Amino acid sequence: MTSPLRYLLQALNFAVFMAIIGYFSANPAVRNLEEGLAQVTLAIGHAGQPVRPCRERTAEELAALPPNMRQPMDCPRERSPVIVRLIMDGKPILDMTVNPPGAFKDQGIDIYRSIPIPAGKHHFVAKLKDSVREKDFNYVGEKVVDLAPADLLFIDFHAQMGGFLFK
Amino acid sequence: MRGINDLKPTSNPIKRAYLYLEEWFNLSFGEKWNPLYHLGPLTFFFFWIALVTGLYLFIFFDTTVSGAHASLEVIINEQFYIGRIMRGLHRYASDAAVATIFLHIFREFSQDRYRGIRWYSWFTGIPNLWLVGLLGITGYWMVWDELALFIAIGSSKLMDALPIFSDSMARNFMPGNLGGRFSTLLAFLHLLGLPMFLIFMLWFHVRRLSKVEISAPKGLAIGALLALTVLSLVVPALSHAPANLSKVPTVLHPDWFYLNIYPLAKDWPAGQVWLLVGGITVLMMFMPWLPKKKTGAVAVVDLNHCNGCGQCADDCPFDAITVQARTDGAKWKNEVVVAPQLCAACGICTGSCPSSNPFRKTSDDGLLKTGIDMPGLPLDQFKRQTDEALAKLEGDIKIMAFGCDNSYDVETLSAPNVAAIRFFCIGMMPASLVEYALKNGADGVFISGCRHGDCYYRFGNHWMDMRIHGERKPALRARVDRSRIRIFGAADTDGKKLKKEFQAFCDSLASQPPPTGAPHTTAQAEEARHD
Repeated sequence: MTSPLRYLLQALNFAVFMAIIGYFSANPAVRNLEEGLAQVTLAIGHAGQPVRPCRERTAEELAALPPNMRQPMDCPRERSPVIVRLIMDGKPILDMTVNPPGAFKDQGIDIYRSIPIPAGKHHFVAKLKDSVREKDFNYVGEKVVDLAPADLLFIDFHAQMGGFLFK
Repeated sequence: MRGINDLKPTSNPIKRAYLYLEEWFNLSFGEKWNPLYHLGPLTFFFFWIALVTGLYLFIFFDTTVSGAHASLEVIINEQFYIGRIMRGLHRYASDAAVATIFLHIFREFSQDRYRGIRWYSWFTGIPNLWLVGLLGITGYWMVWDELALFIAIGSSKLMDALPIFSDSMARNFMPGNLGGRFSTLLAFLHLLGLPMFLIFMLWFHVRRLSKVEISAPKGLAIGALLALTVLSLVVPALSHAPANLSKVPTVLHPDWFYLNIYPLAKDWPAGQVWLLVGGITVLMMFMPWLPKKKTGAVAVVDLNHCNGCGQCADDCPFDAITVQARTDGAKWKNEVVVAPQLCAACGICTGSCPSSNPFRKTSDDGLLKTGIDMPGLPLDQFKRQTDEALAKLEGDIKIMAFGCDNSYDVETLSAPNVAAIRFFCIGMMPASLVEYALKNGADGVFISGCRHGDCYYRFGNHWMDMRIHGERKPALRARVDRSRIRIFGAADTDGKKLKKEFQAFCDSLASQPPPTGAPHTTAQAEEARHD
């Protein structure tokens, strides 16, 4: 084959290769959130309360234990499931019960949920129950938020800071 | 007995598709520059571009979360075209590397070059896909734009599904929580940790290969660099809008070469995504045993005929032969040893041994011996096959054809005046066998094998070609008439071309006077063999 034709073919091959590289380096586009929607994200990292209250050991019980294990309080390892409910404008948009992980059900739970919602003004109520000994939700937070399209409402949870934080 | 390699390899649709693609590139680039023959070096070259341009970008890049995006905007918009070209080259060369890696995988798979002793290169190569992928992911993450935020949250969800971290990683990316530590970790991974680990793994990947080519042909490299530069100017590599933790990225333009898993991770549960990618990885890694390839008996050294010259060790494509100090007390300084677990049973060593000479006298047991031989097809056996074939040839122009098990089957050329013998690899054929055939009745010798520039056993046809042209030991003697020898590499899909070339060779022989000194009757040939 003559050189000019071969160079032409090479240029053609490079052009096709570069077209593939150029296209797939940024296409096809992905829609992460539909038009007109906002998003609420609930992030909770929390350990449920022990399933039973701690009990003070008697002097006899303490004496029966090895010296290095004489803890005055006897607390169960197993923790309560955590129940979370998120209500928007009076309707629940998230309702979940998360059992504590671990072989002894003694670890903390992690929740990270993103829920697309219509943009606009909404009334959010977030509830959390972390003890089987409680009858009702022991943490409740609420807020009215006006969300523009693509806005993100982040609902964080910190028990030591009083519960739900709307960001 | 030919052993298990006697079976003709099946031409499957995937192999044929690859061969047609290879043929197209041969037409466009020639055998010397065919990109499919240099996919490894091309990948290295693309990584070199990414490294050099990455160093340039790093000079101006602010690795902090607050400054990363803005510093890239400065590089792209305020450095005339240099910054734009550099960033474009960095991105597109990285993408091109992924493309050549997958072409490399496709090539090895379609040509069945991943099983048998080649399991090692395949097995150690697959995990590198993860490292390359992570390099790309950390690179896009460092930009800290909307796409980076999408990657960060997607990656966090995936990581949170694994029982590794006690706290949720995704919680790092909520408003007010993001610190600078994460970007420091990413910068370390992208700039140092992952590249160093990748180099280490690549060393493992090619460890069982000899004469590893890492430099792409100059012309091909220049062409690729030019093409990438043009692409960088025509389609600049741009960032998305800066990441905003209070906003949700709506429309994203992910780099599908690296970020293809994230759109899936958005909709699928993280556990299923891990199952998919982990399952594909494990399946690919264990493909060499699905099913396992049967390899023929490995090469055997006969120290009585080996002077330890080391030519076989030099020619072995898989580093299966080593030279060591003599152990049998013979006068020679060295001997060679075959590592059975590394031997592909290709027979190239037999072709490279100076003792593999059909003109030599047979041993006391009546067998023709050589320094290193293949139990599946010993030198003595193919010398006898050649004798028998030559004795049966009839006609005005008698041709001996030699081919191999992994190219177009030369036995399809068989005719009353044409005899064909296949080797495991054409590199197994001693150059002296050509002279032997010409001296014992053949008017011409037609040699086939894999396409030029490619070889199932890496170098077999290349070494054979050099030996015939006197450029590599053991070379065909200079006095042998080269016009009576034709070499034509042909893959499974090259039947028509091979037959056309063969016919042209027949025509060329017909126009020549009979070879001087060569026997031309069966009786003469018989006499010559007994000499």
